[in-house]
Amino acid sequence: MTLGVVVFPGSNCDRDVQWAAQGCLGIATRFLWHEERDLSGLGAVVIPGGFSYGDYLRCGAIARFAPLLQEVAAFAERGGRVLGICNGFQVLTEMGLLPGALTRNEKLHFLCEPARLRVEPGACAWLQGYASGEEVTFPIAHGEGRYQIDPDQLQALEDNGQVVLRYSRNPNGSVGDVAGLTNAAGNVLGLMPHPERACDPATGGIDGRRLLASLLG
Amino acid sequence: MVVAPPEYSVPEALKKENLRQADYDEICRRLGRAPNRAELGMFGVMWSEHCCYRNSRPLLQGFPTTGPRILVGPGENAGVVDLGEGQRLAFKIESHNHPSAVEPFQGAATGVGGILRDIFTMGARPIALLNALRFGPLEDERNVGLMEGVVAGIAHYGNCVGVPTVGGEVAFDPSYSGNPLVNAMALGLMETEEIVCSGAEGVGHPVVYVGSTTGRDGMGGASFASAELTDASLDDRPAVQVGDPFLEKGLIEACLDAFKSGDVVAAQDMGAAGLTCSCSEMAAKGGLGIELDLDKVPAREAGMTPYEFLLSESQERMLFVVKPGCEQALMERFTRWGLQAAVVGRVLQENVVRVLQNGAVAAEVPASALADDTPINHHDLLSEPPAEIQAHWRWREADLPAATAAGITPAGGAFAGQSLGWGPVLRALLDDPTIASKRWVFRQYDHQVQANTVLPPGGGDAAVVRLRPQLGQGSLEAATRGVAAVVDCPNRWVALDPERGGMAAVAEAARNLSCVGAEPLAVTDNLNFPSPETPTGYWQLALACRGLSAACSALETPVTGGNVSLYNETRRPDGSMQPIHPTPVVGMVGLVHDLSQVRGLAWREAGDLIWLLGAPLETGAAAAGVDGTATAGPDPRVGLAGSSYLERLHGQVTGRPPEIDLALEKTVQAFLRQAIADGLVASAHDLSDGGLAVAAAEASIASGLGAHLELPAGAVRLDRLLFAEGGARILVSVPPAQTAAWQQALDQAAASGRPVPAQCLGVVEADPELSITQAGTSLLREDLEPLRQAFEQAIPRRIGAAVPPTH
Repeated sequence: MTLGVVVFPGSNCDRDVQWAAQGCLGIATRFLWHEERDLSGLGAVVIPGGFSYGDYLRCGAIARFAPLLQEVAAFAERGGRVLGICNGFQVLTEMGLLPGALTRNEKLHFLCEPARLRVEPGACAWLQGYASGEEVTFPIAHGEGRYQIDPDQLQALEDNGQVVLRYSRNPNGSVGDVAGLTNAAGNVLGLMPHPERACDPATGGIDGRRLLASLLG
Repeated sequence: MVVAPPEYSVPEALKKENLRQADYDEICRRLGRAPNRAELGMFGVMWSEHCCYRNSRPLLQGFPTTGPRILVGPGENAGVVDLGEGQRLAFKIESHNHPSAVEPFQGAATGVGGILRDIFTMGARPIALLNALRFGPLEDERNVGLMEGVVAGIAHYGNCVGVPTVGGEVAFDPSYSGNPLVNAMALGLMETEEIVCSGAEGVGHPVVYVGSTTGRDGMGGASFASAELTDASLDDRPAVQVGDPFLEKGLIEACLDAFKSGDVVAAQDMGAAGLTCSCSEMAAKGGLGIELDLDKVPAREAGMTPYEFLLSESQERMLFVVKPGCEQALMERFTRWGLQAAVVGRVLQENVVRVLQNGAVAAEVPASALADDTPINHHDLLSEPPAEIQAHWRWREADLPAATAAGITPAGGAFAGQSLGWGPVLRALLDDPTIASKRWVFRQYDHQVQANTVLPPGGGDAAVVRLRPQLGQGSLEAATRGVAAVVDCPNRWVALDPERGGMAAVAEAARNLSCVGAEPLAVTDNLNFPSPETPTGYWQLALACRGLSAACSALETPVTGGNVSLYNETRRPDGSMQPIHPTPVVGMVGLVHDLSQVRGLAWREAGDLIWLLGAPLETGAAAAGVDGTATAGPDPRVGLAGSSYLERLHGQVTGRPPEIDLALEKTVQAFLRQAIADGLVASAHDLSDGGLAVAAAEASIASGLGAHLELPAGAVRLDRLLFAEGGARILVSVPPAQTAAWQQALDQAAASGRPVPAQCLGVVEADPELSITQAGTSLLREDLEPLRQAFEQAIPRRIGAAVPPTH
């Protein structure tokens, strides 16, 4: 099992994901430069946090055109497991792998602090290690994490059990307190909070371990 | 000497470049002719205080700069210390005060970008950022706007570039209204075998430009930074650069990659004075020359003059001297990251900076004429303190109204005539924005990226970052060592007594490091001062440097470099000047030998005993001296003079701050570090603004646990016992199971001739309540919740922001 970690010029959590997955949990990782196309031998792909191409236009708006992400989209359509964290979640919505959009936080400030989340794993492959209704703490660190979608679509997501992570105390104004979403098949997960920052007891909690450990089967 | 007059108006040009007629005469003498306009501009920036320390150099020479761990001292882009086990740390602090005053967001953002470049230019990967900020009172919405802009700018740059902002300090005083201070400090872990230096080597070697393009932004920023601020300064916004953290991210990766290839002989970032400074510094340091062809410099716009090219402070640019034949491979490392890279010149045998444009020489100046023997402004040092300072020093605590068990009725200030109990006094202090929680600030900074932050902002007296490399050997192993860092400056004390204040800045920084269990190693300092051209201004600068030197020597923390920012004053509409509090910010780094022993400031367990280390609480007319014997009179090492209590409750900034006992500092700190290493201590927090009561309240608020303290009986003023500052004091909690070992350690210290004053004052309690009694009489009994409310909401409520509670 090798986890591919996407690297854009502005990615800055790529090495943190490697540390959490490989350093803390022993999952092999391989960095994938944004101009590459080779996903062979990978069991899953993470699009990590950061600022892809600077994100001066709109978070993830340019990233979706990267050669690598065309392969990632095909990988996801084949049922491959894809995880988008923070900027990665923004990119997944721009790619259309997940619905909705992420806009500036309600108070416009970047926020970095622990967030309590309620997990409803449903069919999401990444969250099978968590009990339904379980509360966990993952840190957030974003300026544009306010999830937006129209009420009908939100209702559809709710009905399908795709709202798998919800803030206990909404920090950014997201509709429906949405912190993370899965696709209908459950192989793609996008979330604003950082599970990779909750894998190492030396620097914080370890609630995120089970998310990455789901790759170990 | 007589030279032909140039084609421009000399007086106007000198004014623009912030040079004097004497400078011009000296330039003519050095060149043997009049400088052309571009050359004069080069001298203007190179001879500014910002680049050559023309006012402060004689004073800086008193700093201790060597020590067993110092690998690189002042003069290079950053200092470097040896951490042992093959690890080396580069670190430096720098100010961006004037740019932030006129354009707070970009001013602060580019301050972060600039200090990061100083670090990775040495071959070190940035691993942490801190900042020291000063603003005017938040009751003035202009100051609120400046603070919001500065914090957002720091967040924008640091968060995007992927370096955690792990700590810092923020303080408020009316003297900073309109002239905020923005000092950014960066730490980096060396990734290259050799430390990359800036002196050019190898005649004929190509000079390579990398990074962003050169535009007209940031024209003359160094000269601008070396003059006072006026209303007209707002017109100088073009002197503020615009930063691009995304480009800097790539520049970090590409530079470190390039340095590791061994193809780069020398490197210099383009900060203040841009191409001028980098060329002349590299040439002067290497004893060689550099030829620079402006036609080859990647330009952002067409039609730029040599003057504009040479003085542009466009961000995210670097200059390298490269081994011949390696240019192409090297430049590809940069284009891969979408960066510019171009061969723009070569190293010359002749010690000259020669600038070409359109095939003609646009400027030609001996490098040594620009960078060596730069002028010094000599000032006379007052032989005694200025009269207004002497007047402050005559203030006595006895001048305050009586303090009884019931409280006090201040005679002046915001609470004049109100009878206040000690509980409300404590709440008022926790509501002081300088003391209060800075969570509104630091929650905007990504303090976790890189996955090594062990002690986050607010968690302890210093930030602690694990020494796990980001890539290569050791990057996937759990490192057990860390580095701690802190920035400190008790500016109110410096304003009242620059020498004691300077000493206190160093002492507090070292104390903060010791409280988390780190061994203090070295200092980088940022001297933020008003104009040195007034007798008081120069006296402040000179005495503060004297204090910094004495304390750095005594605590064995050499100075490895830093930054000087003078002329921090604003011209009031009536023409008079408002100088800032002199603010010598001390950035200090320390080594954590065992991360599992790092201590925070929060109480840990109910039942732990609370001890006060340092100058003991007095019992009356007789006070215990360092050696435990009784000495007559109040302890001169602690007091209410210049305290937060005196300012906040009585509306006075006056008095002479207490004496700094550096021997006591050293003893207490060393003892605490050993006790922490031995696992005897559960928490440690130094007494700073607000003294004992505030420190106890902070430890309670951070933990949610209560505390009971019993003060010694005696005739000492109660406000002095509760709120006095100074005395190398630290509040620690000791688990009952360790009490015997703790007592034994104290006994051993006394027996070995290094007695450590220590008093057991009370106990941590499960009940969320802080109570302080004296001889059975209750002085203060406060529920934690209102204390927390005051502490956490002080800043948000003043700026109309909503910050949810932590619990």
